[in-house]
Amino acid sequence: MKFGIIVFPGSNCDRDVQTAARAVGYDADFIWHTDTSVDGYDCLVLPGGFSYGDYLRTAAIARFSPVMESVARYAASGRPVIGICNGFQVLLEAGLLHGAMLRNTSCKFICKPQRVRVEAESARTPFTLQFRPGQVITLPIAHGEGNYYADGETLARMEMDGQVVFRYCNDSGEPTPESNPNGSLCNIAGICNKAGNVLGMMPHPERAAESILGGADGRLLFDSVAQWVQGGGRIA
Amino acid sequence: MVYVADIVVTLKNSILDPQGDAVKSALKSMGYTGVQDVRIGKRIEVRLEAAGEAECRKTVDEMCAKLLANTVVEAYDFSIREAPGR
Repeated sequence: MKFGIIVFPGSNCDRDVQTAARAVGYDADFIWHTDTSVDGYDCLVLPGGFSYGDYLRTAAIARFSPVMESVARYAASGRPVIGICNGFQVLLEAGLLHGAMLRNTSCKFICKPQRVRVEAESARTPFTLQFRPGQVITLPIAHGEGNYYADGETLARMEMDGQVVFRYCNDSGEPTPESNPNGSLCNIAGICNKAGNVLGMMPHPERAAESILGGADGRLLFDSVAQWVQGGGRIA
Repeated sequence: MVYVADIVVTLKNSILDPQGDAVKSALKSMGYTGVQDVRIGKRIEVRLEAAGEAECRKTVDEMCAKLLANTVVEAYDFSIREAPGR
């Protein structure tokens, strides 16, 4: 099981992803943004950070990196791609996921542990096999622009197709306005494409993959993809 | 011919603008009680060469749609003028 981590100038969670993946027993290597080959990897990760300094708009420039055409082809072939935080923003800008990110309603950069409810059925995505729907997990969030927006029609279609994978919630798992850290529509913390193989999420699973670091809920995501790949790349 | 495109990118009217709201509150607390709404955007100036104004307009429109604005949440507008001689 080998993760390929795309590194843009300004990515800063690339090593966290590699460390987390290795800590839970998988291989993980870097792919520089000017590379055009993504061969040999079982899952691509677009990590968090501030690609291109967030100039113009978060992820606006990163999506035109040479590697992104290969990422799009890889995604179209049905193989798993995950964008975390800034990586989620890149997937939105690239049109691999629907919607856009706005500034947090508080106008503040938020960095804290956050309760998140798993919305998707386990088999909906390669990333959720080891979660169960309704499960409440804790993952760190750290962003200034995580206020998810999609127009009404798009949102309704995504909800109907089960593309909302994670929602911000309170301790009892209710997605209340008070537990929404950034103003995201319908408390959305993570979404997938219709096929389910492309996931974008604002919370950081790689920062919660080992108990010694305060939580291991994120590990399930890495284990899920590995299970999916080892099972022959089909959703169970 | 060298042109200068003056591009303004703003959040669509249907999108909440938390920065604009914060500035609105500040203006009101400063005593500008007539302030009704504040929207914040950005201005981008692009100097470019084009065969004529129509071509220039087409190119700038394309730049806006592809990179300068995210049309899911942003609207853009621009004007074009001939660059002053150097």
